[in-house]
Amino acid sequence: MEIMVNGKPVQVAAGTRVSALQVAYSADVVIRNGYQTSADFVLRAGEELTLIRKGELPPREALSHMMAARHSPRVHEAVAGACVGVAGLGGLGSHIAVLLARTGVGRLILADYDVVDPSNLNRQHYGIRHLGMPKTDALAEQLADINPFITVETHTIRVAADNAAALFGECQVVCEAFDDPACKAELVGALLAQDPGPALVAASGMAGYGSANAITTRRRMKRLYVCGDGETEAQEGCGLMAPRVAVCAAHQANMALRLLLGLEEA
Amino acid sequence: MKVNGEQVPLTGPMSLADYLAGRGMDAARVAVERNGEIVPRAAFADTQLDDADVLEVVSFVGGG
Repeated sequence: MEIMVNGKPVQVAAGTRVSALQVAYSADVVIRNGYQTSADFVLRAGEELTLIRKGELPPREALSHMMAARHSPRVHEAVAGACVGVAGLGGLGSHIAVLLARTGVGRLILADYDVVDPSNLNRQHYGIRHLGMPKTDALAEQLADINPFITVETHTIRVAADNAAALFGECQVVCEAFDDPACKAELVGALLAQDPGPALVAASGMAGYGSANAITTRRRMKRLYVCGDGETEAQEGCGLMAPRVAVCAAHQANMALRLLLGLEEA
Repeated sequence: MKVNGEQVPLTGPMSLADYLAGRGMDAARVAVERNGEIVPRAAFADTQLDDADVLEVVSFVGGG
């Protein structure tokens, strides 16, 4: 009978157990239906397996398959053809982009005008080696290392009402990830005025170190979702800190993923 | 009229800009949907409110 191993068809005798295949492939890790398993099961015809040998860099094609294998079934296909925009690549946007890249979203459009400076490192997904680089370039470099199988399009530009539609017109979802509240409102207004236009996942209220449980995702308009606690503003004495900013970014990335999968509930 | 799901009395003829100012809200930091349609910020002053209106006012605080 035929099964698929690492994306390629393989003939095995009926009744073969996965442990026999593991020996043949010198594999340490078995992934079946998006789930890593240590059970020794009898292989079924048509089954898709991913077998990974730790400490070895597999060929590019097998690597792509191995990375996608951990997604739940059908998720990879749905997100691989999708396009998501991220407006602003600071504490929220840099984390959102990393999460969506790991999830395998096929095309990311990233926009920010600024360069990485030392005050960014307390919460943004950059390191010392990125200081002075445009955030677009610094993030694209990291994403290429995290998931080389997606397309990352960058725009080193200030996003405003007059260019938002042109930048993000092809996106199904745009994540608003600015710092300034007027810029947030401007982007949301500009993109919601496009009809048809992308769904928007915005953020409001994630400063400080209050309970992470206060951060939620809410659907506020037909195409507008807002993540955050809605009130904790970054200000003197209440700075932006990595954990809460990352929690909010993860809320945004998860809502974007849900929308790509056709789930509109927050 | 209805604002963010709650019934609020409209005290007299007023524009959307007047209403936001009366609530102490900064028009530059909000997005407003009126009867299912987004209201461009440039139109806040010219948008006269009606007591049958359904508004969704989303205000943003800084940080990201």
